[in-house]
Amino acid sequence: MTNHWVDIKNANVIVVMGGNAAEAHPCGFKWVTEAKAHNHATLLVVDPRFTRSASVADYYAPIRTGTDIAFLGGVINYLLSHDKIQHEYVKAYTNATFIVNEGYKFDEGLFSGYDEPGRKYDKSTWSYEIGADGFAAVDETMQHPRCVLQLLKQHYSRYTPEAVSNICGTPKDAFLKVCETIATTSAPNRALTFMYALGWTQHSVGSQMIRTAAMVQLLLGNMGVAGGGMNALRGHSNIQGLTDLGLLSDLLPGYLTLPRENETDYQAYVDKRTQKPVRPGQMSYWQNYPKFHVSLMKSWYGDTATRDNNWCFDWLPKLDKVYDVLQVFELMFHGKLNGYVCQGFNPLAAFPNRAKLSKAMSQLKYLVVIDPLATETSCFWENHGEFNDVDPATIQTEVIRLPSTCFAEENGSLTNSGRWLQWHYKGAEPPGEAKPDVDIIAGIFLKLRELYKKEGGAFPDALMNLTWNYRIPHAPSPEELAMEYNGKALADLTDPKDPTKVVLKKGQQLDGFAQLKDDGTTSSGCWIYSGAWTEKGNMMARRDNSDPSGLGNTLNWAFAWPANRRVLYNRASCDPSGKPWDPKRTLVYWDGAKWTGPDVPDFKADSPPSEGMNPFIMQAEGVGRLFALDKMAEGPFPEHYEPFETPIDTNPLHPKVISNPAARVFKGDLEAFGKGKEYPYAGTTYRLTEHFHFWTKHTKLSSIMQPEQFVEIGEELAKEKGIKAGDRIKVWSHRGFIKAVAVVTKRIRPLTVNGQTVHHVGIPFHWGFKGVAKSGYLANTLTPFVGDANTQTPEFKSFLVNIEKV
Amino acid sequence: MALQSLDITRRSATTTPSPGQRRTMEVAKLIDVTKCIGCKACQVACMEWNDLRDDVGINHGVLDNPTDLTENSWTVMRYAEVELEPGKLEWLIRKDGCMHCANPGCLKACPAPGAVVQYSNGIVDFHEENCIGCGYCITGCPFNIPRLSQKDSKVYKCTLCSDRVAAGLEPACVKTCPTGAIVFGSKEAMLHHAEERIADLKSRGFAKAGIYDPKGVDGTHVIYVLHHADKPEIYSGLPKDPSIGAMVELWKGATKPLASLALGAVAAGAFIHYVTKGPNEVSEEIEKEFEE
Repeated sequence: MTNHWVDIKNANVIVVMGGNAAEAHPCGFKWVTEAKAHNHATLLVVDPRFTRSASVADYYAPIRTGTDIAFLGGVINYLLSHDKIQHEYVKAYTNATFIVNEGYKFDEGLFSGYDEPGRKYDKSTWSYEIGADGFAAVDETMQHPRCVLQLLKQHYSRYTPEAVSNICGTPKDAFLKVCETIATTSAPNRALTFMYALGWTQHSVGSQMIRTAAMVQLLLGNMGVAGGGMNALRGHSNIQGLTDLGLLSDLLPGYLTLPRENETDYQAYVDKRTQKPVRPGQMSYWQNYPKFHVSLMKSWYGDTATRDNNWCFDWLPKLDKVYDVLQVFELMFHGKLNGYVCQGFNPLAAFPNRAKLSKAMSQLKYLVVIDPLATETSCFWENHGEFNDVDPATIQTEVIRLPSTCFAEENGSLTNSGRWLQWHYKGAEPPGEAKPDVDIIAGIFLKLRELYKKEGGAFPDALMNLTWNYRIPHAPSPEELAMEYNGKALADLTDPKDPTKVVLKKGQQLDGFAQLKDDGTTSSGCWIYSGAWTEKGNMMARRDNSDPSGLGNTLNWAFAWPANRRVLYNRASCDPSGKPWDPKRTLVYWDGAKWTGPDVPDFKADSPPSEGMNPFIMQAEGVGRLFALDKMAEGPFPEHYEPFETPIDTNPLHPKVISNPAARVFKGDLEAFGKGKEYPYAGTTYRLTEHFHFWTKHTKLSSIMQPEQFVEIGEELAKEKGIKAGDRIKVWSHRGFIKAVAVVTKRIRPLTVNGQTVHHVGIPFHWGFKGVAKSGYLANTLTPFVGDANTQTPEFKSFLVNIEKV
Repeated sequence: MALQSLDITRRSATTTPSPGQRRTMEVAKLIDVTKCIGCKACQVACMEWNDLRDDVGINHGVLDNPTDLTENSWTVMRYAEVELEPGKLEWLIRKDGCMHCANPGCLKACPAPGAVVQYSNGIVDFHEENCIGCGYCITGCPFNIPRLSQKDSKVYKCTLCSDRVAAGLEPACVKTCPTGAIVFGSKEAMLHHAEERIADLKSRGFAKAGIYDPKGVDGTHVIYVLHHADKPEIYSGLPKDPSIGAMVELWKGATKPLASLALGAVAAGAFIHYVTKGPNEVSEEIEKEFEE
């Protein structure tokens, strides 16, 4: 979230799209009801199904799954053609005025630089024209044919209401009604928030769906303001913490990035990431990359990390490719990966194409599962009839199950969607032999180190030199780890303005990341978390909910990264002169000497508006990007591409380029995609409010609430197929089948798309062959093994199936 | 266990007067159907607080589960897909359970002394230790709420968490409701809150938004805010004009002394009948009479 849960109450218009907050985030959804009750907010829901969120919405519009870019591209076209943008904001705070490289082109679904055999782009033309002063060229009048605003207009001129309706199946009047309501928030005193979740991320074009909505927000002037923003509703209580701490395979903590295999030179590695401003006077905060990186390496390797050895840079893995889950299972499938440690993760249930995953795991020599529950993954080798039809005799994989504690059985912090690190305390003792994950990993680490010491081995340095100064080495405490990620002074730190004044003594906890140094005198295990545990103590455990502004900026409740800031880019809530666009939504303002206000300014606190520094300080140009440069895999402007399995077997915008041309597709998986003729229905998987993933089928209460697997179909399709509510039906894709009870509903309606009727088949995914609920089929038996081109998040939301009554 | 005996204002099948020394504030639970997202957290909270567990059932082709009230499920969400105008779907989700009527049909119909009580705050409670399992309360209820347990032949329903309320707490379902669709307080405050909600709904185009606090049972202590108060029946069959069945009113109202006499005579007759002809037939006639 750029904003946070409580801030949703400040919205005037709430768009729930690419998610179903009432279903999957019922507690957070209370802020929607607050906005409706106290702010007279309008709730819009756009979804293939009339969801629980839709049940309390002011307006619902249906959409075909996987076509959100077409819809939102149509919104952009509407805003531009009806002149419903916040002009001053767009001109000052976005790259609308920037002039794009002459070589940039878009034609018939492809951007310039496409490499067809490689399924990737040479992105060199997706750049700004550089002026004689060495900075990006701009045209303040925005009339230049190659300025971003003009290219944007041109790109989305194809997304007419008719085209949108044709692709999305949304009736034209419903689409226009949504556009009109969204457009009201171009007024500076109105704000719109987008609440989205996996309904956007889980597509082969998921990242671009989110980007399209972010562009809408930039055009409306809704980024950085109270009640605005792009608000990703995270699907686990600590999944935000997972990405923050760098658990994705190509990241280091705090969104620092691992070097690629050609990056063997430390200086070149940091120089590439130390972004210089591309416009005069801009902050370009990533200029501080070396401070964050060196402090991380000091945290890991202590005194061993020195300037002379490039802070142990050589010990970092160098990626030949990204090792995301799909890639890892692809390697496993081909027998190129022998062992797998699976911690807090149930891939057999949670990843696509169960048959492929099962076969892949059968190739392993060993599989270690660290989990509080007996997961399907840990039992992949057991025969459970049709639910898991494998022959245990043919599977030689050794499975080792290490029981871990549940979140309520340990202290620690959880980072919520709004970036708040909230400390919690152990509520119960773990059962039996269950141990905290930290203890299990520490045990494995210490044993490995002992083996290396005794027996030697290849490349021991990174392991043997790792700092491990915990009071109980086999059980590092959450408190120690929290203090470590906050960071500390490794030497006395002095005030940059007065070197005689010592700000922090050697060994003291840092106040925040502004104190980080690239000379080895500071350490921090995750720079964005710096400030969470200072000399004042555990800031995450604070529980003062006083809210002086009434906007929900409770600065003394827990700790929000970065720097306890509650609304990101909040400088953009003021006009260029430093006055809030809307005084009722004052987050920060320029008081004549400094930036101040009820939130922590996301800005250089002493930079007066006259200096012209722009609000998006993480960007080298200081402004929001309507044109994404080379940051996205499939193009600088989002373009509608069909899901890899599309019921219309074409792309009405450009029939030659149907699906994402830059998405990675493994050999063999392309053949496993189904076609509309054989599999005519648009399948989509989702959560139910009664359950959480594959966990709560192990608890009786949740199982009572929703005991048995079902599939939702519309009344029209049910009639066509002779299916009644309560009948058992079979649903199959090109990859396998499931059987479930049919729920026949008015909430799923057939849509007319490109001249044909498209029916959706809704597949809740919570069941499996372990637990106390009725055994069921893993829904991911059906889903395709392809991911988003940028994140490799699988396309769980759009695929093709067929159905019949059993 | 619930409120204290000195809070009881009415007691089933009892002729002695109730204690009158203390009056407590009249309470109400307001269920704002227009804010409810049907998450079933109230169902879970109810089972947790009352230490009850229903069976893990099956799916019956609907989202409702358990599909009906039981002796262990004292509240269930009922989901109705309604199109008042063609193409304009509404998904009306109503939390069903005891309405805690001001004039409770269950209490009136109950022949077992003290099995059904009403407190001065308005809560209608079952004291199962006094229940004889006759099921007359089920007949007497205009909302079809009480459920007879096969296990112990006692009848169960929502207590409005009288144990929590006695300790100054809100009912468990209210505590857990994430969207504030269920609120609890004095009946006066709840009616006031409902008026605010109705004004908001009218501004959003629900011209017939209103309160459900039916007069036929002298009002209830569980009240609803409905978008379409003129059509309560579209909310999974919420009765439009609920009232206690005429026979229960007659039987337990003005003619009660006569009825008691008659019952005695019938019982005597039944005994003779039982001795001469065998069991059940006469009591079936009585039951039939009640149902009419």
